[in-house]
Amino acid sequence: MAEAEVIRIDHGRRAADTQLCRGRTAGGRPCRNRAGASGFCRRHEPAEQPEAHSPSRFEADLERALAFLRRRVTGGYQVDDFGFDPDLTENVLLPILRPLFDRWWRVEQRGLDNIPATGPALLVSNHSGTLPWDALMMKLAVYEGTGRHCRLLAADLPFRLPVVGEIARKSGNTLACAEDSTRLLDAGEIVGVFPEGYKGIGKPFRERYKLQRFGRGGFVEVALRTGAPMIPVSIVGAEEIYPMLYNLKPLARLLGFPYFPVTPTFPALGVLGAVPLPSKWIIEYGEPINTSSFTPDAALDPMFVFNLTDQVREAIQQTLYKNLMSRRSVFF
Amino acid sequence: MPKQRVLITGISRFLGGHLAQRLEQDPDVGEIFGVDLEPPGVELQRTEFVRADIRNPLIVKVLQATEVDTLVHAAVIATPGRAGGRAQMKEINVIGTMQLFAACQKAEKLQKVVMKSTTAVYGSDPTDPSIFPEDVGPSSHPRTGYAKDAWEVENYARSFGRRRPDVDLTILRFANFIGPQIDTPLTRYFSLPVVPTAFGFDPRIQLLHEEDANEILYRATREEHPGTFNASGDGVVYLSQALRMAGKIAIPIATPFMNLISGAIRQTGLVDFSPEQLQFLQWGRVGDVNRLKTQFGYTPRFTTAEALSDFIARSKLAKVFSEEQAEQWEKDLYGFLARLARSRAIPDAVRS
Repeated sequence: MAEAEVIRIDHGRRAADTQLCRGRTAGGRPCRNRAGASGFCRRHEPAEQPEAHSPSRFEADLERALAFLRRRVTGGYQVDDFGFDPDLTENVLLPILRPLFDRWWRVEQRGLDNIPATGPALLVSNHSGTLPWDALMMKLAVYEGTGRHCRLLAADLPFRLPVVGEIARKSGNTLACAEDSTRLLDAGEIVGVFPEGYKGIGKPFRERYKLQRFGRGGFVEVALRTGAPMIPVSIVGAEEIYPMLYNLKPLARLLGFPYFPVTPTFPALGVLGAVPLPSKWIIEYGEPINTSSFTPDAALDPMFVFNLTDQVREAIQQTLYKNLMSRRSVFF
Repeated sequence: MPKQRVLITGISRFLGGHLAQRLEQDPDVGEIFGVDLEPPGVELQRTEFVRADIRNPLIVKVLQATEVDTLVHAAVIATPGRAGGRAQMKEINVIGTMQLFAACQKAEKLQKVVMKSTTAVYGSDPTDPSIFPEDVGPSSHPRTGYAKDAWEVENYARSFGRRRPDVDLTILRFANFIGPQIDTPLTRYFSLPVVPTAFGFDPRIQLLHEEDANEILYRATREEHPGTFNASGDGVVYLSQALRMAGKIAIPIATPFMNLISGAIRQTGLVDFSPEQLQFLQWGRVGDVNRLKTQFGYTPRFTTAEALSDFIARSKLAKVFSEEQAEQWEKDLYGFLARLARSRAIPDAVRS
């Protein structure tokens, strides 16, 4: 590749004692840029001073990994008041999800520009897929796309469970309640919410891509109070990962779960049935719905809140239909 | 202006004793009285010690005879071990406070009541918000142990406040104390050689350094700060993180077995484990300290992490391994693996 060089038209008038860069261009010609103290121009400056052993990439990775381990062993990391542990999330939890994101579901992102680079935003998404893989993928998607962490709001069930609850909290998620979401938005964070809740994630396969009732509109009230923009998020693909044919309600009640899914592979194939199908995913972020133009008192008007809830829901539903049409097949 | 006259309950305890010490240095404070069953644990000069039980009707006479204008109620005890059993502890905490506030009703000179409470009143539950402001109660209040006592005691204080609106009531909800001198269930927990934790759970904990606790109690006594305040250092640490900072080895125990194990530990008398502490080990709790900083006007000098570090450094805990050791391991391991890589023992595919 030829490098874009600035060809100076006044080089003939350059002082004779000006040192030129000792490097060569990609084409093999001597570089004509002015040299710095090292004898090279800024472009051709060697990345590092050559040493007896220049560290290879393996060594650099090793160093990073060991430094991470040392921090974990000595407790030398910081968490916020919600228990979000960025060190663990960025170095362990999100990298584990990356192969699923890149290879398994080949998640495609659209409309990333709609997520603000700074300041609060409430991502409102559809919810599906029996297990909340869509939430995890959205979290990774936002991080990949913007470098910001999306703080998900979850039901209390995950926080009750051992291990799951611990990881959920450490990766920055918290209980879906007005107090926590208000506090996060006031702190300028991106918050992700799934207003359909269990009704959405636990719906049978035949109702795929039909949005359920959007809770009681609590998320709209929070957005109005904090003035955070609401961004409708439509996730296509998660409905097909575990097609739920039947819900074994008595068993669910016995185990204390919101539903007990029967899919073509689960529980017939046992643990293997827990492997999600490799559908093709599209995550689209819609136009932000600006709430700061309303007064915070608007949150006190239930009719207004319902209407705004419907507006968000409709925006997501329309995008879902549009992206379903544009998808070639479930798997590609 | 007449000098402030202060009565402190629970003067034998860390906070009560240090408050008296601090008040003695203050020329604007007149007489100081300390009520407790045991003598003060710290050296005091001009504080008058009254050996009395707050459950005894005698307390009315003490309150009237001393003519105090400020009452600091710091006698609520956190551990059954100290009181001689849970029943006794509840008796002292709840019935004692009830009697004390009944006595206060008639103390006409009384202008200010400062009460030591705890963030344990919020309980520990996965269905509650992550951070508790003072006004928002938990979905359910704790039903056992110290936390339940503290909640009931606060209720007596609040109902007294309603009956005597002329009295300024300050309720201080302290987070877990930590420091080189103070002795609490948590400091004992950290001094165990191997530390039992709840498997699969990692609670967020908030800590208040003992020096900050003394300062806050002193300011609440001397200044006017009516209201309820959470008191803790900034920030949180995870229990696992705290244990690693302390160089301890955690032994995760499945929660169904926790009760069994904690019973055994309680038998040894080393650490008091009660059901609400077990819940704390699963979900922890965090209070919002914004009001302390803005309204009360005090920002603790130690953050949670700093308070813990100070405790670890100054109380000379027996560490299983130290930070320097961990750094040495890191260097050794790096040297070993890097040499291995250079000698081509590790295939190129991994190296690149």
